[in-house]
Amino acid sequence: MAGDERASTLGGEAGGLPATTSDLRELLPGLEPERRVTDWGRSERVEGLLDRTVSEFLYRIWFRVDVEGIEHVPSEGGALLVSNHAGALPPDAPMIAKAVKEEHPHPRPVHLTVEHFFKGYPGFSMLLPKIGAVPAHPANVHRLLYDEQQLVLVFPEGRKGTEKLYKDRYRLRRFGRGGFVEAAMRAGAPIVPVAVVGAEEAAPAFAQFKLLQRLTGLLYVPLTPTFPHFGLVGMAGYLPAKFRIRFLPPVATDQLGDEPWEDKALVQSVAHEVRATIQAELFDMLAERESVWFG
Amino acid sequence: MPSKRILITGLSTFWGGRLAQALERDPEVETVIGVDRRPPKVELARTEYVRVADRRSLIRRIVEAAEIDTVVDTRMVVDSIVTGRRVAHENNVIGTMNVLAACGGPDSPVRKVVFKSSAHVYGAEQDDPAYFTESMRRRHPPRTWLERDIVEAEDAVAEFAARHPDRTVTALRFANSLGRGVRSAPMELLGLPAIPAILGFDPRVQVLHRDDLAGCLEHAVRHDLDGPYNCAADGVLVLSEVASLLGKPLAPVLPPWGTGAAAAAVRQVGIRLPPEQLNLLRFGRALDNRRFKATGYRFRYTTRETVLALRREQRLEPFVDRRAAYRYEEEVEEFLRRSPSVRAASQAPADEPPANRPPGSTGYDGLRAEELMRLLPSLDRSDLEALREHEAGRAGRATVVGAIDRLLAAQR
Repeated sequence: MAGDERASTLGGEAGGLPATTSDLRELLPGLEPERRVTDWGRSERVEGLLDRTVSEFLYRIWFRVDVEGIEHVPSEGGALLVSNHAGALPPDAPMIAKAVKEEHPHPRPVHLTVEHFFKGYPGFSMLLPKIGAVPAHPANVHRLLYDEQQLVLVFPEGRKGTEKLYKDRYRLRRFGRGGFVEAAMRAGAPIVPVAVVGAEEAAPAFAQFKLLQRLTGLLYVPLTPTFPHFGLVGMAGYLPAKFRIRFLPPVATDQLGDEPWEDKALVQSVAHEVRATIQAELFDMLAERESVWFG
Repeated sequence: MPSKRILITGLSTFWGGRLAQALERDPEVETVIGVDRRPPKVELARTEYVRVADRRSLIRRIVEAAEIDTVVDTRMVVDSIVTGRRVAHENNVIGTMNVLAACGGPDSPVRKVVFKSSAHVYGAEQDDPAYFTESMRRRHPPRTWLERDIVEAEDAVAEFAARHPDRTVTALRFANSLGRGVRSAPMELLGLPAIPAILGFDPRVQVLHRDDLAGCLEHAVRHDLDGPYNCAADGVLVLSEVASLLGKPLAPVLPPWGTGAAAAAVRQVGIRLPPEQLNLLRFGRALDNRRFKATGYRFRYTTRETVLALRREQRLEPFVDRRAAYRYEEEVEEFLRRSPSVRAASQAPADEPPANRPPGSTGYDGLRAEELMRLLPSLDRSDLEALREHEAGRAGRATVVGAIDRLLAAQR
């Protein structure tokens, strides 16, 4: 799978981008077929192992993921997937990546963006890049979207989404400062909004322990049905809620005039529009849902 | 303008010597002069060595007397195991200032300065991008004295470039280089029976083969590159991958918290683990080398190939006789360079004979007009243009210039 990724790196088609810039994309490093790890630190072995075991189990049996609108994910070229976010150890990210892998006619790797915090925390720092996580730096997103023409998944709510409590479920937090829109505009990549239902019930957080958070140096320490009383393993103690992932029609960003990212009002309004689309879709999906556990 | 009269500072460094060897093979280059405190460690055919440190007034006298057009500054200490803090500061900050001052001034013959810098200018931090481009500045102040000095030296170079817009000022930011003869902390750490690591971290690693380092310097001398450039091999490995390529286990002996104190303890048992390497072991660092590649340079080794080459060298290590190394003997070198009994052609090893050039000549200037005329039809357009400029600027022989003009007109 990582091999495919490197191959498409070399493909580097322009994908409707303005040909004004001198194209450095042709100078990206070539493919080294002997390697099992990409330049981003993504490991074919680790990712493959997790994919065949944990992800497969969660996707098929535990969450019984239903996917709609997979055709909205482009088969080639960079695209930014933007989703709502929930859960202390969020199960939505790997399930979206798995959905693209399983349901898409041209399966492609998805790069998950994560907080810089994880790069500095032992263990996470080692494991997360291996399964395709990349620190959410604008330069990283730009390189993936524009230079390497990859799929990137962002959660503009960031930790505001994952630390929100069960009582606030499915109510989207602020979408950052619109940085994700700017990144997509600079790369001329479409934004694909994604609505996920199920993650909030799979890993609900009932309270946040501020003191423990400060003592451990973690981003947050929530009270969940299984954590902290079952120990660290409890962090991944998901309830078997039914997952439904809906990919929505892409929002083009390459026809908004010259250097649209300079227009902060436009950036904000696109960000707002994407957020409103996902929120409306979530309410729609919740209205249709008959049972949290059976869909 | 092609560089013809070149001064290399830091001739005794590995890359200074390698660069001099490469340049003196080229008949287009008229003069190569190397300065350093210590004598060169490699055999040189026509490079002249002057034993002088980075004193401004002395270098300036050499620059002016020899009409140096290009100065290549390879003195920079980029690893704190090489020398002490005070010496490194003297060399990197004060020395750079002096070398730049010797190249400055409105009447200076110097047209180009190539400066060997280091990727340490970027540092390595938690919130760094996965690839640094030349336009990025570090977001945190330098953590170690070595980084502080390198940042200060580069600032001085940038300031020099701003004050002299008519000169080409190149700063090459090199990733850690590997290969026999390179003395650095990464070389020592990778030479250990197990590769030390910080528990819970597997940083991204990018290096540069020593041959590419010399190649990058030579490329910068032969082309006019303005501004900073990243020089690092293609491909980024993770540390565990490096260890397995070297056939060694990874030893996560450093704790994630209190790493600095643990490193101090490790230093007590004789493993040199300098502070500027600690953040690299934690967060890693990679450079975007495409700006340099866009100037036409192709790296001969990827990061993976560099590590594999190192492994071959490590296997050979026990069998290599270190004492067989070249030793500089001033009298012998002087004799070889100056005595009329020495046949210059036999000295210069012509490994890579430049194309389109008559053998045995010392450049176009050594040719008579008739010889040159016979040669002209075999040259292509760009060569003709270069030659015309050269001829017009030097000998200015009307027959030659006329013949070139006719050929150019015919080709148009």
